[in-house]
Amino acid sequence: MNEVIFTDANFEAEVLQASGPVLVDFYADWCGPCKMQGPIVHEVAESMGDKAKVGKLNVDESQETAQKFSVMSIPTLIIFKDGKVVETMVGVQTKDSLIEKLTKLA
Amino acid sequence: MSEKKQYDLLIVGAGPAGLTAAIYATRRKLKTLIVSMTIGGQMAQTNEIENYPGIDFSDGLSLSDNMKKQAEKYGTEFAFEEVLNIRKKNDLFIVHTNNNDYEAKSVLLAFGLTPRKLGVTGEQEFSGRGVTYCATCDGPLFKNKTVAVVGGGNSAIEAAEYLSKLAKKVYVINRTDQFRATPILLDKARGQKNIEFYCFTAITEIKGDGVVKSIEIASLQNETKKEEIILDGVFIEIGYQAKTEWLKGTVDLNKRGEIITDRDCVTSTEGIFAAGDCTDTQYKQIVISAGEGAKAALQIYKYIVGREGKVAIPDWGVCELVGTDKTANIKIEK
Repeated sequence: MNEVIFTDANFEAEVLQASGPVLVDFYADWCGPCKMQGPIVHEVAESMGDKAKVGKLNVDESQETAQKFSVMSIPTLIIFKDGKVVETMVGVQTKDSLIEKLTKLA
Repeated sequence: MSEKKQYDLLIVGAGPAGLTAAIYATRRKLKTLIVSMTIGGQMAQTNEIENYPGIDFSDGLSLSDNMKKQAEKYGTEFAFEEVLNIRKKNDLFIVHTNNNDYEAKSVLLAFGLTPRKLGVTGEQEFSGRGVTYCATCDGPLFKNKTVAVVGGGNSAIEAAEYLSKLAKKVYVINRTDQFRATPILLDKARGQKNIEFYCFTAITEIKGDGVVKSIEIASLQNETKKEEIILDGVFIEIGYQAKTEWLKGTVDLNKRGEIITDRDCVTSTEGIFAAGDCTDTQYKQIVISAGEGAKAALQIYKYIVGREGKVAIPDWGVCELVGTDKTANIKIEK
């Protein structure tokens, strides 16, 4: 499945109401490590297919959601399942570890 | 997942030293892998670079990205992994990461410096949840919030001045009333109305509930004088250190934990080289690290060619025989 663009507007429907695992990459354009994380998340989205929803949220454009989940360093990656936070990761995460975590929840 | 891949050179770190070494090594056809969790290191976190020759102005991200692209152009491979240890197996090094084992004929340690930790209760727990070590990275997430900056050097005062434009209120917590920051920076910070200075003061605890909520500070002149400040973020800017505990027994380190090298970036262990800020070089600058990286790559090229009993065809000025067979004169590449 392609990477999803999450926003304040669609977060409720796309993440909190979704069934199954959802990975959200909280990022910003000015953040160096986020530029490394971006392509990795993109690959994770491709590898997971329809087994998990994977996407990113720009913390400048969607401040409300970023604040709601206390994102204070980026990249922060949060895995949700059935609308609940399962795991919060701060800093760049590898492709394999993300796939492993999502696969376990799928 | 574990798979073995063999490289001529494995570089740990992707700051100016590692990236420059990769450019030089791959241009000499060494099969090169960079293992790093970030690109650019401290360079990428610098907002304004005005002292890199030939480049009037650059932000650190662009300069880092350009160096990376240049290294990639000549065939450098990248792995975004963390190196955990290096072992010798026969005449190869096994570099063990959180995800793979790589085999390499030579290793270049170029992982720079890591922010120094404060070492107080709550620091680890709230790291990334209000506690941060990079104002330019995380500052924008603290718009209209209250934050504290710990330290009195250039990075601390620069951070305080930068944050004062975003945050509602900035507290500067310093152990003395002496600031190591340059006077011009200090004056700038003192001119900001929303910066409040706490001198002879130390943080004793960072408190919170999921995220940072407050800090407890104590006067260093009067131990019983304690205070709690309600805030949202703590920026720790107390300098940098070489994170080299994992290398004890692998290469010689000095008292500060820096890797001891000779003038050609050679460490105490044959086949392992080091360059840039993680070494005992006195001056830590982007242009110096880049130069050290280039030097290391040339030395490594000589070493790799030498261990195959061949002679390096020098393209850097000095003509010297390497290897044991001094009569050999085999051309390695064009």
